[in-house]
Formats: sequence, C-alpha cells, structure tokens
Amino acid sequence: MTDAGQKSATTQVYRVFIRAKAQAIWDAITRPEWAERYGYACPMQLDVRPGGEYRAFANAAMKAHGAPELMIVGEVIEADPPRKLVQSWHPVWDAEAAAEKHTRLTYEIAEQPNGLCKLTVTHDVAGAPSIAKMVSGEIENAGGGWSYILSDLKTLLETGRALAA
Amino acid sequence: MIEDDHAPVFKALADSTRRFLLDQLFVRDGLTLTELESKVDMTRFGVMKHLRILEEAGLVVTQWSGREKLHFLNPVPIRLIHDRWIGKYRERRASALAALKRELEDES
Repeated sequence: MTDAGQKSATTQVYRVFIRAKAQAIWDAITRPEWAERYGYACPMQLDVRPGGEYRAFANAAMKAHGAPELMIVGEVIEADPPRKLVQSWHPVWDAEAAAEKHTRLTYEIAEQPNGLCKLTVTHDVAGAPSIAKMVSGEIENAGGGWSYILSDLKTLLETGRALAA
Repeated sequence: MIEDDHAPVFKALADSTRRFLLDQLFVRDGLTLTELESKVDMTRFGVMKHLRILEEAGLVVTQWSGREKLHFLNPVPIRLIHDRWIGKYRERRASALAALKRELEDES
C-alpha cells in the first residue's frame, strides 16, 4: 500500500444531488435517447450487463469539426440497476488518449430521505494523464468535463431542459 | 429552492482557510487529514472542522482507500453556481443588449 497516495491522485470524484428518482438518473446514464439530451450529446450504445459493450459516437456538430465516427469505447464491468454501474471508458478519437490505459468509471446512485438522489461519479484515470485532463475540464474550450456533464444532467432532470437548450 | 441549495457552498467558500484547503486538493487530489493538516498552521481539530463544512457543502467528497480516508475536491457545486448564476446574468446582459439594439434601430 505504499503507492496509495500515488493511486489516489489519479482518481477523480464528482458528486451532485438531483431532485429525481434513482431510476430516472439511471435511465439518463444508460439509455441512448437520454444520452443525446445533455452533456456532449453524443449518440451511444450501451449493453447494460457485465461484459456488455459501450460505444459513444460523434454527434453532428463534432463530425462537422472533423471528429471520427467512433469517439469512446468501453465495457460494462458491473451493473446493478438503478444503483451502480461500473464500466471501462476509453476515448479513441484522440491519439494521445487512445494510447493511454483504459480508465474505470463508476456511477453510484443513492436515494436520500429528502427526495433528492445522490449521484457520485468516480473516475479512476490511473495511467491516463491526458484523459485525466480531458474529463476534469482542464482543457480550455473543450466543454468542461464531468462538472459540466453533471450540472447539465441535473438541469435536464429537474427542469426538463438542458443548459444549452 | 435552488438558491437555498447554494447557501452552504457560499458559506463554505467565505473562509480563506477553507479556500486554501480546496486549493491544496486542486493541486493534488485525494489527500488524507494528516496530509492536509501539514499544509496549514492549525490544530487537527480545526482542520477537521473546516473539512466537515466543506463536506456538508459538497465541495469535498471523502472515500476510503483501505484504512485511509481520502479527501477529494468536488468541483460540481461551483459549476452549478457558474451555470445557474453567472450564465443567468450573462443571458440577461445579452438580452438587454439585444433590446438596446432593437430600440436604436427603431429610432433610425
């Protein structure tokens, strides 16, 4: 455990409280029709069972900017609807990120007694420094990463409209 | 309702020691209490108190790694303030400018 500190520095944790049912949050994370309504609004496919495939594709605006069709690949590691989803997450659209290790993404949804739901996203980006920058929103004009996605998800589920809509 | 959600965040950010602790986590995330304590001239109890306020505001999220409790900076509450407040004012300014433009164009 001497590398515990080292390891922790490569994990990112994001949390947001959303006035919605756990099932609604689960659907927004796992269903393609929801994925296109918030965040980077990419079409995606997700087979929600261990070993199931995850693929996210460039949306029309991204393609207009020259993005390739396939953006992110991954595989479901654990699925416990509507509480927990663990998957690998590997961007392939960027050469530097594609050369890095596959990252591990965990979504945890917990209903609170006050009608809120706690959504925690833990992104283990060990061995993937450029992906770490990408998802933390450190890259200027690249959209804001997880903070932006979760803020937009909260807005969509609570108001019925995404931030950009 | 939404504004009330933000009150603990503004309160937590109102203190310079707490902002300093967040800055430390920004530089290096996932620190233990002992590591954070070494960065400020304050008792362990004092640091714990500040961390609790940051945690209640959602700005710090803790996770256990074996026997160690690690503290992570959660930037989402700040992003929410950005999206709901700053975005809103920006929108209002933009619509004020649009109204001004319309008025000036009508005059001509």
